[in-house]
Amino acid sequence: MIRACLLYGGFGLFSLFSFCSGYEPGLRSIENLKSFVVTMAGILPPAFLLVGLFNAWVKREVVERHLGENAGFLAYFWAILLAGTMVGGLFVAFPLCHVLRKKGASLAVIFTFLSASAICRVPMTIFEASFLGLKFTIIRYAVSIPLIILSSRIMASWLGEGFVISDGKK
Amino acid sequence: MFALWMASIILFMVSLFFDRGRSMQAVRNAWDLFLKILPMFLAVLVLTSLSLGFVSEKFLTDILVGKGLFVGTAIAAMAGSVAAIPGFVAFPLAGILAARGVPYTVLGAFTTTLMMVGVVTFPLEKGYLGTRVALVRNLAGFATAIIVSMVIGVFFGEVL
Repeated sequence: MIRACLLYGGFGLFSLFSFCSGYEPGLRSIENLKSFVVTMAGILPPAFLLVGLFNAWVKREVVERHLGENAGFLAYFWAILLAGTMVGGLFVAFPLCHVLRKKGASLAVIFTFLSASAICRVPMTIFEASFLGLKFTIIRYAVSIPLIILSSRIMASWLGEGFVISDGKK
Repeated sequence: MFALWMASIILFMVSLFFDRGRSMQAVRNAWDLFLKILPMFLAVLVLTSLSLGFVSEKFLTDILVGKGLFVGTAIAAMAGSVAAIPGFVAFPLAGILAARGVPYTVLGAFTTTLMMVGVVTFPLEKGYLGTRVALVRNLAGFATAIIVSMVIGVFFGEVL
């Protein structure tokens, strides 16, 4: 927080100096910041509203109930959906893996869930599509989901089903 | 951008129609999230403004793709692996860089490794999976990110 304030203050002074002396890189920086703020003001409100709507309407528990019930490929589907709707990133994902494993979810499904919790989270996806375009997001999903399922299955067969996910306390 | 506004406004109206309280909760949630991310967000905006003020766009694209797209992609993938920036900050930054001519291939490598490979979170992961498995998982993530960025490159006409 203090560092951030120092940065803003420093930039303020630097801008003032550049403005008075006509220092070229400084003036360019000010122009950049102006254009960035305008861009962000155009994209951030709807993007954050979508994220808020998503968080308010989709409850993780609903998805969680389905995981483990279905064998076969549907389990991957629910694992990815659970990962996508999860808030909190890895700090929530790892403890959840430990729990899911104890409840009997297969290793490949758990690794899929873990990777998907990194790349398929819906709030992140909303931001990605907003700033880099829907085409970028669609390609990324289409390529990465098969790859994470594949690598999860390979890792699961390499480790064998006896592999234990610890509770993180060492 | 127009589509984004339309989508969020329409969905918000639908949400209002079904459940007023929950819609207000969504707005509050969005606002809280925004406030939480704002200090870091502004800091990144200021730093980016400064960097791009001192460094010309030509220099930026030279560094990232001057030695070939693959070198740029490799640099971006390594940067994404060690960096720990939340997506709420990283994607706007990527958007700015895209507008300045940085190829989508490079940005794809950066954002995907940022999400999939965690050098900083490695100790946490090690605690649950053990060093060996955590290492393999992160390497697989790195490989996935490279493949993803190459396919993005093909579709955006930057590779081949």
